[in-house]
Parts: sequence; structure tokens; C-alpha cells
Amino acid sequence: MTPLTRHSAMGLRQLLERREVSAVEVVQAHLDHIAASDGHLSAFLRVTGEQALAHAADVDRRITAGEPTGTLAGVPLALKDVLATRGIETTCGSKILESYRPPYDATVVRRLREADAIVVGKTNMDEFAMGSSCENSAFFPTRNPWDLERVPGGSSGGSVAAVAAGHVPLAIGTDTGGSIRQPAAFTGLVGVKPTYGTVSRYGLIAFASSLDQAGPIARTVTDAAWLLEAMSGHDPLDSTSIPEALPGLRGTLEAGVDGLRVGVVREFLGTDGLQAGVKARVTEAIDRLAELGADVVEVSLPHAVYGVSAYYLIAPSECSSNLSRYDGVRYGLRCDGSTAEAMMAATREAGFGAEVKRRIMIGTYALSAGYYDAYYAQAQRVRTLILRDFAAAHERCDVLVSPTAPTTAFRLGDKVSDPLAMYLNDVFTIPSSLAGSPAMSLPVGLDDDGLPVGLQIMAPVLCEPVMLRVARALESDLGFDPAPRGPNSLTEVAA
Amino acid sequence: MSTTTALEQATRFEAVIGLEIHVQLATRTKMFCSCAIDFGGEPNTRTCPVCLGQPGTLPVVNRRAVEYAIRLGLALGCQIAPSSQFHRKNYFYPDMPKNYQISQYDVPICLGGELTVATDAGERRVGITRVHMEEDTGKSLHVLDTTSGVGVDPAEGLRVTRISDADYSLVDYNRAGIPLLEVVSEPDIRTATEAQAYLTELRAIVLALGISDAKLEEGSMRCDANVSLRPVGHTVFGTRAEVKNMNSVRSLGRAITYEIARQTDLLTRGEPVVQETRHWNEATGTTSTLRVKETTEDYRYFPDPDLVPVQPDPAWVDELRASLPQLPAARRARLVESLGLSGQQAAGVVGAGLAPLLDEAVAAGAPAAEAANWLTNEVTAWANERGVEPAAAPLTASHLAELTALVADQTLSKKLARQVLDRVLAGEGPPREVAAARGLAQISDTGELERAVDAAIAADPAAAQRVRDGNRKAVGALVGAVMKATKGQANPALVNELLTGRLTAPDG
Ligand SMILES: [Zn+2]
Repeated sequence: MTPLTRHSAMGLRQLLERREVSAVEVVQAHLDHIAASDGHLSAFLRVTGEQALAHAADVDRRITAGEPTGTLAGVPLALKDVLATRGIETTCGSKILESYRPPYDATVVRRLREADAIVVGKTNMDEFAMGSSCENSAFFPTRNPWDLERVPGGSSGGSVAAVAAGHVPLAIGTDTGGSIRQPAAFTGLVGVKPTYGTVSRYGLIAFASSLDQAGPIARTVTDAAWLLEAMSGHDPLDSTSIPEALPGLRGTLEAGVDGLRVGVVREFLGTDGLQAGVKARVTEAIDRLAELGADVVEVSLPHAVYGVSAYYLIAPSECSSNLSRYDGVRYGLRCDGSTAEAMMAATREAGFGAEVKRRIMIGTYALSAGYYDAYYAQAQRVRTLILRDFAAAHERCDVLVSPTAPTTAFRLGDKVSDPLAMYLNDVFTIPSSLAGSPAMSLPVGLDDDGLPVGLQIMAPVLCEPVMLRVARALESDLGFDPAPRGPNSLTEVAA
Repeated sequence: MSTTTALEQATRFEAVIGLEIHVQLATRTKMFCSCAIDFGGEPNTRTCPVCLGQPGTLPVVNRRAVEYAIRLGLALGCQIAPSSQFHRKNYFYPDMPKNYQISQYDVPICLGGELTVATDAGERRVGITRVHMEEDTGKSLHVLDTTSGVGVDPAEGLRVTRISDADYSLVDYNRAGIPLLEVVSEPDIRTATEAQAYLTELRAIVLALGISDAKLEEGSMRCDANVSLRPVGHTVFGTRAEVKNMNSVRSLGRAITYEIARQTDLLTRGEPVVQETRHWNEATGTTSTLRVKETTEDYRYFPDPDLVPVQPDPAWVDELRASLPQLPAARRARLVESLGLSGQQAAGVVGAGLAPLLDEAVAAGAPAAEAANWLTNEVTAWANERGVEPAAAPLTASHLAELTALVADQTLSKKLARQVLDRVLAGEGPPREVAAARGLAQISDTGELERAVDAAIAADPAAAQRVRDGNRKAVGALVGAVMKATKGQANPALVNELLTGRLTAPDG
């Protein structure tokens, strides 16, 4: 019999609806699994077992009493520690917010609580979501359940590790330049970055406001679609939230790819530094799409190669301003200083890690008088060109595909000393972030080292239904098993 | 010829003045959150996660603040931008919750208007560069610790100093996020009087629009002046100083006058004016250096990615244009033309925000000029003493009409009427009732007055004799005695007539 911790969210919902299991049993099983194995992974910054069991008991009571429950009733869920949770420490993986307890819930958190998803804890992340390996967490690195010597990707490393390990069937990540998709690819999961503006950013602690977007992480496409439906929707508290509701996602999931036009991004599949295993699995997946009836063509995003450069001006510029508020005056860490200014400086010096400081400095420089036009404004022009590239490509194609990342999961410590190599891991995911359009990663197999490879599927703004439909067709065809395995995997080590 | 030489040779300078005026909007809630704007609360009680800059919170533009900005822009003849933007002005200061201020920058909501002001030298048109929206900061108190041995008497309470010298600082964020409009004038102003007239007129417009209580003393309207000098006839601007902390129209005039004199003195001695921010000290009547701008401060402005452009529906703007109230200039003109007030009376009435009350009083039968005098003298003085708006006086149009009627039918002398008005303003009721209740009606009953006159003559036979001897001025003492005996209620003209009649008539 499949343990509760290997069921999909949908599978758990069926068990709960049939009353074969209670929400408390479901949550307890996941809490036990976390207690038994998170020592090997360090996916969680904190586990909120008591609140989770209380919420589960309330769900059970309502099920028994025949009272209404939400669409995700009784399903355990983990939140990336970038989302504000009322009264529960929210650190963003940073020393500067180590003891910070928000006085409010993020809109996403509120929606998920209303859907009766059970929040079991907050997951580790690169500090302020800046990083691609989860090694920039101020507290500890998280390990990849497929190979404990490797990184889970980042910045949503804790969320993917938790889902891959079976600690939770669902988690929320956030994606600024690939922070959901790349870690999902590294851990054999489905990770979706929705259209910018479909999921409220209220309560998502900002890294780069014009790019940040929360999204679902799951082991199946259907679970991801379900979670996305529950978390999205207009929010009057977020001015950049789009008024339109996301079209229904689950209704068209099984519609297949027959007749859909799939564009293979030439520049991405031809990149130097693309690992052979990644290229092989991605090419095979594209062949399968053709087999399934899709019309596969080659397309070009000529300006996408400038995406990384533009991104590393826009994101740090916005971050330099967004992170100004961490000054020790109102909340979080405060270090003593002889004057208010000295206190603020000492707090920021002690509270921020190296990567955060690097980006604050880059951004401060890029926004400075005399440099603004050459850097920030120029980067915004590149962004416009990339948007036009996508528009042109989508005239011919319903979706675009590429590898999610040029490599599979790398070893801990491999890239920490080389920020540029780390930045290049986001080369394929950044363009959709700059365009504000939806993109996702779908596991399409393992490389020769037994590590998962992700296929990125990109769609036009608000075209999540067709993107998920393509993913579901391929998932069903490939039959990828998301359970981590291999000699150095959590499954082996913890067994 | 170099500029320096020109300056040295010039003996006469003209001032070039531009004003930057901040207007705190009287919206119900703050600029970007739903906190109520409610002054006088305990520190940090009018706050929420948004205006405290809590991580993850986002701003949402207050539509009413946009409406107020558009109304002021329309009143000043500005173009209303079809699309304007909010930027972030980045700098660190403890009373800024986010360490950036959300403010409009290069694409403000209102551009290019003008304001016509009346001065002694006639009318002057002052260009308006722009009107933009921004959020206010919190308030800091930088405190010297009275126990730290700096020798401060604890009885004095908190000793306030500069941030760099403070032992500790206290911050109140109640004000943080309150919507402000900044109105920037062109450097079209030449004298202190013109600057005062401009500020007065702008304030009157703001009051007429009802978008702010515009109290200079309390900081809901704040005025900074950029002052520079150049030789008469030159077109190039001199180095300017920005003067802050003027909290009345009068102190704006004094500060500019001082600053012009200071800069004239420097230039005449061949010394340069330094570009800096200067602080006006009301007590000493001088300005002093606040901070020197060696380079322009770099606020790293960039469009706030948390907000979308402000794009007011043109139909809405038309609606706001159509619903603008009559503005002060038009109100004054109407009072002069249709009610026959003098220009000065009209300015007084409109400036005090009392035109609607005057209109009603006239409709209720009051003579316009007389009612205007009561309003601009007694009512305004009453309000000034209490530090409230004259329009807030508990005086109705029918009170005013009744008062003027009581003076006209000689029930009240001017002096008595003033006393009655005081009681009316104190809330004792309508003038006629007050006069009756307080026994303040003027005595015009000849029989009663004759008895008082006889008594006065009997009490001061010497004065009476001088009058009989032809000394007309001596009658004054007797009139005074009668007035005193009647507690000021005697009709003085009648007393005079009776006395004169009694003392010049042949003895019989
Ligand atoms: Zn607030």
C-alpha cells in the first residue's frame, strides 16, 4: 500500500472524501515523515505542527458535521519563508528578519487557509530569494532528496526538497528569474510560474517587485493546476494584480496536444554549456510531443540572450530599494550604534549576507544619477525587445519549449564562489520572467547520473490552460516517477 | 566681461523667488493604505502594516487624493496628465518606514498652470510648474538623554537635538503616508510681498476647494522658498538658497526680506552665495545654514514597480472641472460688483472663507458693507484669538442680519452691538435674545434719559456751569457720566441732545 506521504494532493482528497482517512491522520503522517527525515535535508526552517493538527482537527469536525470545507481541505502544504504568516516567524532566509513575526497573513496564505490546505511549515530559501542553489540561506543549506551531496536549486530550494521528499504533496514557491522552475527541474517536480499579476503579491516579501510571482510546486501537473486555482485571483491590495481571473485550469487538462503548435526555442537548445543529458531528455520529450500530435516547429527569441544582463540590472535595482526598509528601526535585527545612522549601518552590515549585499550595491549603482539611462533604462528597453520576441514567436506557436536549466543539480559548494556561473543557471527561465508570461518546468526523465531533467514550457500571458494541458499530456505519456531514488538519495540514506 | 565683474559692478539686485508649497490633503484615509487620518492620536496608533512598511505590504493609491490633485490642478489652470506615474525617492531616515518616499517625479499629475495675485504694484501672474502627489513621512524626535550627564533639567522634559547628537530618537508614524500635494511655482516672484500674496491666494484656493485645512501654523500647509539674487536687467539666475520653516504668511515675508538682505550684503561685498538649505528662526528673525548641498542629492528615483500609472478617465476630469466651486478671485470680483464691497472688504471676506455666510446674510436682509465689516473685524478677530477658522464661528446668517437690523433701528449702538456679538459667538443665542437677556438694549426712552441727565447735572454743577458759559467741550464729561450711570446703554446722540437742550435753554 502507498504510504500517505507518497499520495498526490488529489489522491489524498479522494481518501478524505471517502472518509478512509482523517485530515489529522494525513497531517500526522506527514509531520512524522518530516521529523524522521528532514534532518538529512534541512528543507524546513520551522514546522508548525501544533497549528497544523488543530486546523486538521477542525477540518475533520466539519467533514463529520457535514459543514462546508475548502477545495484543498486536509491537504498538507509548505510555504516558502518569503510569505508573511501572521504570528509565525517569517525570515526570508535572512538574519535580518530572524525573529520577525508579521502582524498579517499574505493574501496567498489567506486564500490557502480558506481553501483549508493545512500549513505544516515554512521552507528554507536563498536569502531574500537571491540565489539558485539554496546555499545563500543565512541559516543552513538545503539538500537535494535525489542526491544529498547536491543542491535542490533555488531560491525555492526548501519547498522543492519538501515536496520531492514526500514531506508535503504541495508547496508554494516564488519565482523572480526562475526560482520555482529551476529547483523543480532539479528535483523532478512540476513547478509553475504563473502570469505576472494572477497571484497576489500582497505579503510576498519583495525581492524584485516587477518580477516576483508566487506559484505552485507539486509532484503532478493536476495537483499544480489545482493549487494554482486556489491561490490565484484578483486582490485589491495589490495594484499590479490583474482584474481578470485566470481561466479554469482543470477542465482542459486532459485535452491532449493534437493540433497544438509547439515552438522549440533555437537559441536555448543550441546553448554552449548545455549538459548532454539535459539536451537528450529534452529532445526526446519534444519528439514525444510530435508523436502525440503536436505541430513542432523551431522558433527564435533573438534578444533572449540579453535577458540575463537585463535581469541582473532590473532585479538588483528594485531590490536595492525594496530592502532599504531593513534598518533595525521598526522590526527584525537591530545592532547597536552610537547614532541612528550608525545603528542602521551596523544592522545592515550584520544582517545581510554577501549575495544580498552584492545585489544591493549593483542596484544602487545602476539607479544612480548619471548611470540610470545606461543601466536601468537600457535594461527596461531590452525587456521590451524580449516581450516583442515572445509576441512574434507566439503568433506561430501556442507554447514554446526549452530546457528549464542548462544543467541538472550541481554539487553543494560547486558554484558558491562563482556568482556569474550561478547567474547563468537562470538563462532559460529569465526571459519569461521579464515578459511577465507564464512558464513551468515538467520532469522529463533522468540524466546519466540519475538526476532529474526539466522541460520548460512557456505560454502567452493568461494562457496557463494550454501550458498545463501540454504538460499533462507529456506527463501522462512519459510516466515519470517523482520518487527520489539512487545510491545517495534520501530514500536510500534514510532507509 | 565675466559674471563676477558684472556682480561687482552692479549696485542694484533683484530677487528671483520660487515657492514650493506642500498641502496636506484632508482625505479620510492615507495615500496608500486605509488608515484613518485622525490627528491627535497617541503616537503610532494611526498605523497599519502598509504605512509602517512591514515586509511584503503594498501601496494602493487613494482615489480621493487623486481627485483632490486634479481639482487643484484644474483650479490653477494646469494640464491634467492623461497618464502620470509614482516614483520612489530613495534615502535613509528613521521616520521613513520604507526608507523611500513614494512621490511623483518626472511625470506629475498636473503640469503648467498659473496664479494671478494682487499686490500693491498691481496684478502679477505667477507660473505654476507642476502639482504632484506624494506621501508624508513620520515625525522624529531626537532626544538628549537627561540622565546622561549633559546637565539638562529633567523638569524641562525631553531635550530635542539633531539626529547625529541624539542619545536616542523617537518616531511617530501617525503622519506617515498622509497624502500631500506639492505645488511648485516658476521663479516668477520678485518681492516678499508678492510671495506673501501668492501663498495667501493659493491657500484661499485650497480652502475654497475644500481639499485641505491648510493651516500653516500646524503644518498642514508648508512653504519653502528658493531665493536668489541677480543684477537688475540680467536674465541668468544667481546661486539660490532654499529657506524652510516659515509657518505663517508673515514669517514667509520676514524670511524672504531677511534672505534678500543677507544675499545683497554678500554680493555687495563680493562674496559668493552658497547653495544650501537654510532654516528660518522665527525668534531671532534670521536664517541659518541647515545643510550645504555640495552636490545634488542622489535620490535614485525610479518608477515604483508596486504601482501602475495613474490614468484618470477624461469624463471624470470633465466632471471635476464642471463641479469646481467659484474660486477666490471670482468670488472677490462678484462681491465688489454685485454687493458693492470695497476691494479690501471683498479680500477680507473671501480670505476668511466667509463669502457664503455673507451671501446668506445679505439674502436675509443685512446691508452688505456693514455685514462685511462685522465679519472681517469682529468675527475674524474672534477666530484668530481661538486659532480656529472664521467660518467655524457659531454665527448664522440670520444672526448677522438681526444684528445689523438692531443697529439700524438704534436698539443697539455699535459698541453695544459688539458686546452682543461677543455673547452670540459665545453661544448664548440670537442677538435679540442676547440683548434682552443681558439688558444690553440701548436706552432711547426720553423720560428715563431726562432723569439721568438731571442727575448728572446735579452731581457736577461745575461742569454744567462751564457748558452754560459756552464751553461746548465740557458737555463730554456730563455725557460720560450719563453713559456710566446707564451702563453704556444710553443712546449717546440723544443724551447729547438732551444735555445741550437743558444747559443752553434760558432758565425758566
Ligand atoms: Zn496605514
